[in-house]
Amino acid sequence: MWSYFAKRVAIGVPTLWAIITVCFFLMRLTPGGPFDAEAPVPADILVNLRARYHLDDPLWRQYLDYLVGLLHGDFGPSFKYRDFNVTGLIAQGLPVSLQNGFSALLLAIVIGVPLGIFAALAQNTRRDYIVSAAAMTGIVIPNFVMGQVLILVFGVWLKDSVFHLPAGGWDDGAFPNRILPVFCLALPYIAYLVRITRGSMIEAMRANYVRTARAKGLPFRLVVMRHALNSALIPVVTFLGPATAFLLTGSMVVETIFQIPGIGRYFVQGALNRDYTLVMGVTILSAALIIAMNLLVDIIYSLLDPRVRYNEARS
Amino acid sequence: MTVLDIRDLTVRFATHDGEVAAVSNVSLSIAKGECLGIVGESGSGKSQTFLAAMGLLAPNGRATGEVNFSGMNLLTAGEKALNSVRGNKVSMIFQDPMTSLTPHMKVGRQLAEVLVRHRGLSAADARAQSIAMLKRVQIPEAERRFEAYPHELSGGLRQRVMIAMALLCAPELIIADEPTTALDVTVQAQILDLIRIAKDETNAAIVLITHDLGVVAGLADRVAVMYAGRIVEVGDVRQIFKAPQHPYTKGLLACTPRLDDETGGALLTIPGQPPNLQRLPPGCAFNPRCAYVMERCLRERPALLPDAAGGLSACFLTNAQGAP
Ligand SMILES: Nc1ncnc2c1ncn2[C@@H]1O[C@H](COP(=O)(O)OP(=O)(O)OP(=O)(O)O)[C@@H](O)[C@H]1O
Ligand code: SF4
Ligand SMILES: [Mg+2]
Repeated sequence: MWSYFAKRVAIGVPTLWAIITVCFFLMRLTPGGPFDAEAPVPADILVNLRARYHLDDPLWRQYLDYLVGLLHGDFGPSFKYRDFNVTGLIAQGLPVSLQNGFSALLLAIVIGVPLGIFAALAQNTRRDYIVSAAAMTGIVIPNFVMGQVLILVFGVWLKDSVFHLPAGGWDDGAFPNRILPVFCLALPYIAYLVRITRGSMIEAMRANYVRTARAKGLPFRLVVMRHALNSALIPVVTFLGPATAFLLTGSMVVETIFQIPGIGRYFVQGALNRDYTLVMGVTILSAALIIAMNLLVDIIYSLLDPRVRYNEARS
Repeated sequence: MTVLDIRDLTVRFATHDGEVAAVSNVSLSIAKGECLGIVGESGSGKSQTFLAAMGLLAPNGRATGEVNFSGMNLLTAGEKALNSVRGNKVSMIFQDPMTSLTPHMKVGRQLAEVLVRHRGLSAADARAQSIAMLKRVQIPEAERRFEAYPHELSGGLRQRVMIAMALLCAPELIIADEPTTALDVTVQAQILDLIRIAKDETNAAIVLITHDLGVVAGLADRVAVMYAGRIVEVGDVRQIFKAPQHPYTKGLLACTPRLDDETGGALLTIPGQPPNLQRLPPGCAFNPRCAYVMERCLRERPALLPDAAGGLSACFLTNAQGAP
């Protein structure tokens, strides 16, 4: 089994390389460039700028330079934040996004999974309908709407009450500043987790072996936790793998609404500005995280179900 | 002495297109040490009768009537009281050993938890007794199998594990729901032998649910035949085989291949479709398929009454059934 995972890690490297390559050339194919500002830059300055960032080198040359830089952990200079390199920007933004992402992830799991189990065990009762309807609402309301609503309620309406929360800004990660963005980030994930867990738990409770466990006279709580939960968690883990990767690399929407200096915001700005290296840096990071998360998901599968045994034949 | 007494049990399921009565007015009692066979085609309500008795119906199912076991009505007993009976005084063996054991737990743990639960044993004692039980059901290398996951065992071994699990607490009643249906023929015989041995050794009452009359012939003392959720005939096993009363029972027997069969083993089936519970005909539910159908059968439903052979049957031909 471990050789399977070693192989998966080894396959991850060329996968990442392929993503880098495609992304690199796609960026260059998009019309516009980093120096097409609103006010046109004089031609001679543009030439100098392009030379400074090696944009006048042949494309293959730039590509190779970029790859070599990456191998040294250098994501290159930012084209827009003139005095920064991308590695520095990521180093600055990533901890913020990671903290928020982790908090939101934890919140989503701690609320979403038990609530899903609760709804499943109360299937087709009023409690189930309330939870399921709330989850559906959470899924259909987009982040940017929910963000505005939260700001309106806690930042404006409750301004003079104890429930007042900052409407935005980071304030070096002060706790009150984190509450709304983390909550906003977590909400759709809570909603999805409720739905997924509910569905898989209902399915699991119908399994023959759950009937066996009940026929043995085990208390209901044990039947659920010991016999049914494992297989119910498999779809949850499947969802959480990529979801974690997205959460950790920062939500562009939420970070923009709440003015949080995470890397999600850099991504939006980078893309708008054709800040090639910045966008590349964030993309590579996300891709690496997704690859890592998928691997983690496979490992957790094998822990949840011993029938999942990875070997060369199946990989 | 009666171990389990089912009185007028009716099981209804709420479905998208209305209510279905899967079991209707079933009354049965099982005596100590007795083996009662329950036969009938697929969907006749055999499993639901006993799942309902043990409080194991699907969430959309409701049971009415009475199921008396050691002085309490299991249908109205609380979950806690039920759990002190289930797996302890009454245990169940299910049809499909492939899916009836929890896949992510070692079989040993699944056995031991029964003893921990009902006997309050320590982990070490539960393990020792579980392994002893695995040996009793003739599982070779019991210590090693104790540590195995279900998928690492063959179907026959898994069913032995299920039987071991059912025997752990020396139950008064074992409900075996098609214990051999999913197994190879050779393994079937071994499992039946095992059940026979368990029956003789423990003096537990056994309910043996099956659609194979051959299985019943070798093991049961009494047989109840079910059709469309009702019992249509009950009687001593020899009587049922020698002189079946109800036309449906006769049909079932005719369909069971016998070694001395002059038709050369050609498999017969009862003509017509198995009944659709949602569109049962008025009168006797068997009337669309019955060779003896009379005008009265289309209007009235025959009650389960004593017949000439000494058992009970529900047919206008086999007993008087009052004035027509
Ligand atoms: N949860 C449910 N909802 C609706 N109908 C159900 C449900 N469970 C069982 N039934 C119906 O109840 C009827 C009786 O089922 P039961 O399982 O008792 O049959 P059986 O005699 O054991 O047959 P088999 O030999 O196939 O096991 C079937 O027609 C089945 O469709
Ligand atoms: S009551 Fe009538 S239809 Fe029903 S089994 Fe008897 S003869 Fe056949
Ligand atoms: Mg059945």
